[in-house]
Amino acid sequence: MSVADLHDREQAAWRVLDDVLDPEVPVLSVRDLGIVRAVDSLEEGMRVVLTPTYSGCPATEVICDSVRQALESAGFGPVTVSLQRAPAWTTEWMSDEGRRKLREYGIAPPGAVQPPGPTPMTFFPRRPLAAAPEVLNCPRCGSAHTERLSAFGSTACKSMHRCLTCREPFEHFKPL
Amino acid sequence: MNSIAVSASLHVRYVLRLADTCLIHAQRLSEWCGHAPVLEEDIAMTNLSLDLMGQARALLSHAGSLDGQSWDEDQLAFLRDERHYFNLTLAEQPMRRSSAHSSGGDFADAVVRNLILAVWFRLHWQALAASSDAELAAIAGKALKESRYHEEHAAQWVIRLGDGTEVSHAKTQAALDRAWAYTAEMFVDDDTDAYAQAQGLGPLRSSLREAWQSSVQAVLDEATLSVPPASSFLSTGSRGTHSEHMGFILAEMQYLQRAYPGGRW
Repeated sequence: MSVADLHDREQAAWRVLDDVLDPEVPVLSVRDLGIVRAVDSLEEGMRVVLTPTYSGCPATEVICDSVRQALESAGFGPVTVSLQRAPAWTTEWMSDEGRRKLREYGIAPPGAVQPPGPTPMTFFPRRPLAAAPEVLNCPRCGSAHTERLSAFGSTACKSMHRCLTCREPFEHFKPL
Repeated sequence: MNSIAVSASLHVRYVLRLADTCLIHAQRLSEWCGHAPVLEEDIAMTNLSLDLMGQARALLSHAGSLDGQSWDEDQLAFLRDERHYFNLTLAEQPMRRSSAHSSGGDFADAVVRNLILAVWFRLHWQALAASSDAELAAIAGKALKESRYHEEHAAQWVIRLGDGTEVSHAKTQAALDRAWAYTAEMFVDDDTDAYAQAQGLGPLRSSLREAWQSSVQAVLDEATLSVPPASSFLSTGSRGTHSEHMGFILAEMQYLQRAYPGGRW
């Protein structure tokens, strides 16, 4: 295959990955999540490199299998999928499209990641103070009048909140 | 199923100490599943446990690849005996249920231990992100991000309970008193630490004491809790000599693989 053919093949493979969804947040594709590091066309088959989101995320193995199956059934096989831990995945790699899909799905998308450095440990009021740096908007009604119920939720990547205006609970994809 | 023995390599030992502390702490936290005081906390405890389990898996796989005997993460978790486990003694102490030898079993024990260990881990991950061992550095870079949420969560609870009611204050102080004697071990160096420092693998444990003390002290001050007096007791789990609780936790963790060797599901 020529270099141009290999390139076309890789572009086609990337498009297949648009339809491989995160089993725990089934509106986000692996590309929206920003976990695909590389898609390389080999003489025979393809090699895909993924970055895990959380160390203990139980979806990691399912995602690797889904990527392999999707590419192989689209005729790109044999496909090998490997994991690359460094640099560590961050929510900054999530696409704008992914953030929009999350909001529409009812999950508040991640905000800015806290810069490395000491974290001041003080009592955390549920309702942010007026001067709080990050105000989380309710993904349903848009109100900024929300409070955090817990930093941990139904999956490793989410926290639990509620809106004090529309009174609905909602989840937030935590910045990492 | 016969037990396996890891090599005496100090590099392997260094990685196993971290892996085993993650794994045993995760196992204790998982005991809260279905038993925490409120649903949100049930979910939080199991989430913390899941992160730690993920970190343990990565570290065990790495230790297995360094060991030269091709042990995988499951073999290392399920087929090592007590003397081949190198976790901090604090991690194996009863957390939810009390035992004949310990009056632990209080939610306060869980939040105090989470704070003590989360700060210790965070300082390790920060230092290890620059390790000469590239895989260890990659695991630490990932774990560091997760440990911030662990530390924040633990600190919130210690402050909430310590500076709460008279009863919650007394229970949290009692939990702190129970845990404190085991913190000396967290900062004692031996040949493994000296090797790690010489090879650029990671820091001397003793070098982390000051930063740990100041982070923990800041939370305890806000929680109106007092630092217990130092004692001459020194636990030795990270050298492979454990407290009486270790055999029981391994029996619970390892039963299935010992009874049905190689069983998969």
